[in-house]
Amino acid sequence: MVSALSRSSLWLLSLLIAVVAYALAVDTGFAIHMFIVAVACIIGLVVTLRGVDLSKAILAPDQGRYDDDPIRWGVIATVFWGMAGFLAGLVIALQLALPVLNLGLEWTAFGRLRPLHTSAVIFAFGGNALIATSFYVVQRTCRARLAFPGLARFVFWGYQLFIVLAATGYLLGITQGKEYAEPEWYVDLWLTVVWVAYLAVFVGTIVKRTEPHIYVANWFYLSFIITVAMLHIVNNLNWPVSFTGSRSYPIFAGVQGALVQWWYGHNAVGFFLTAGFLAMMYYFVPKQAERPVFSYRLSIIHFWALIFLYIWAGPHHLHYTALPDWAQTLGMVFSIMLWMPSWGGMINGLMTLNGAWDKVRTDPIIRMMVMALAFYGMSTFEGPMMSIKSVNSLSHYTDWTIGHVHSGALGWNGMITFASVYYLVPRLWNRSRLYSLRMVNWHFWLATVGIVFYASSMWVAGITQGLMWREYGADGYLVNSFVETVAALKPMYFLRAFGGFLYLTGAVIMTINVWRTILGHLREEAPMADTAFDPEKDRPVVQPAPVHAAPVAA
Amino acid sequence: MSDHSTYEVLRHLADSWGLLLMTVIFVGLSAWPFRPGAKPLNREAATSIFKDESDV
Repeated sequence: MVSALSRSSLWLLSLLIAVVAYALAVDTGFAIHMFIVAVACIIGLVVTLRGVDLSKAILAPDQGRYDDDPIRWGVIATVFWGMAGFLAGLVIALQLALPVLNLGLEWTAFGRLRPLHTSAVIFAFGGNALIATSFYVVQRTCRARLAFPGLARFVFWGYQLFIVLAATGYLLGITQGKEYAEPEWYVDLWLTVVWVAYLAVFVGTIVKRTEPHIYVANWFYLSFIITVAMLHIVNNLNWPVSFTGSRSYPIFAGVQGALVQWWYGHNAVGFFLTAGFLAMMYYFVPKQAERPVFSYRLSIIHFWALIFLYIWAGPHHLHYTALPDWAQTLGMVFSIMLWMPSWGGMINGLMTLNGAWDKVRTDPIIRMMVMALAFYGMSTFEGPMMSIKSVNSLSHYTDWTIGHVHSGALGWNGMITFASVYYLVPRLWNRSRLYSLRMVNWHFWLATVGIVFYASSMWVAGITQGLMWREYGADGYLVNSFVETVAALKPMYFLRAFGGFLYLTGAVIMTINVWRTILGHLREEAPMADTAFDPEKDRPVVQPAPVHAAPVAA
Repeated sequence: MSDHSTYEVLRHLADSWGLLLMTVIFVGLSAWPFRPGAKPLNREAATSIFKDESDV
């Protein structure tokens, strides 16, 4: 039994360490980070001293109820970080179109805001969605209360601290310079601790399950948790310059470092943004459609094929570099092979609606799920195509890549997350329904049209850019200077920002909808689908009295 | 063992027995749900997520 006193002393000790690290900091960024850690310790201390009652949720939980508190926090955090991440995305999209918006300050320059955007949407929005839904799904499919409730709460709050440290670090210029792995060594270590706790909670719940079979969604979640742990640790094998400073250098150098980075980078896509979100798909799509997944066998093949193929696809990020040719070809071949399991999974999800296709018309949440699967299919076709060396020679380093990432992230990850949030909120807060289903419909259309603007403008921009870069004149010199290609893309950058604006507007509508649902409000609105009924016409035909027409005088 | 020969050994393993082993494991795992008698088990697994709607 942990008494309030010992917990307070733990907080005090952490606070002391943070303050000492703050005092010894060799650079400003590290000092600011230790200050943030100290503030977090003070918050923890105050909460402990105010005497929170741990007995209900942590020390003697009711095993006959699901542990939904961390899931509720996670859903709110998902919506909050989603808004922050989408807004940051719109700002940097506008910065590319209107460079004056960089404001001439180092903290608001595109180079610093861009990792803020990518991490906010992937790790803060996506990560919170994954943690929340995994805790929800693992409990429901195992029919068991969450294991290690104290640890589960540590996972949630520890992950939020990781997000705050990462995000503030980017603005301060603290970065390893590795895409999607920007946080520095001490933040990486903290995330490792949180992640191991996450694994313990998840596996612990599976171990105490009452359901004999482990449902396939949990396989996807577990592979996501384990693989992300492995990728994160290997790619962040860095040695700090000073143990009280923010700078570190990687163990791997040169092309080995590049390969490890893209082995990490592509599998972050494969296991964070694909496997984890497929787990949501395999639970929430059948639940919302009220019919089992089309083929359970296909879902098992989908799982193993992703596991065995994805891990080799990373080298396609390093075509025509110092990486050996055979490794590039290996990455390309495995990327192309990945197309099949991806489409198998998409078909499995879509065919789950077999016999219930009318729900696409009547249920905007199902419609979002179908659109998510359609974008999953589209981006998992586009990706293998772009990994082919000859296509990559045109597409690499251009905006086509950005368009591809966003059709996957906005279309697949965003849509399936929104649908899951809409599924979860009425259930978690015990409401009869969402505040408004019509607002879900508005969200759906704004997001879809936004993605269309985004993806199509980036296709045009990317191909234009690629063709202009490779254009040689008769004299053997390049025809275009770099700045000419930038000028040519300007209209596309405005269209992209417009698409992002629409997507953000949709997310604002979701925020209002979720907020009002939590407050318990119900919007009075016409139902989404209705069979026609006109009370005026709902009456028997009255035969008119026979009229004997007067004989017509001829 | 020098770096060069470590590379050769690993490369050879990856091209031959390692590749074969991975392929066999993959095919085995994928074929497992298709084994005779698995059909009702698959159906049961697929519908297991709806159990909580029918019990009290």
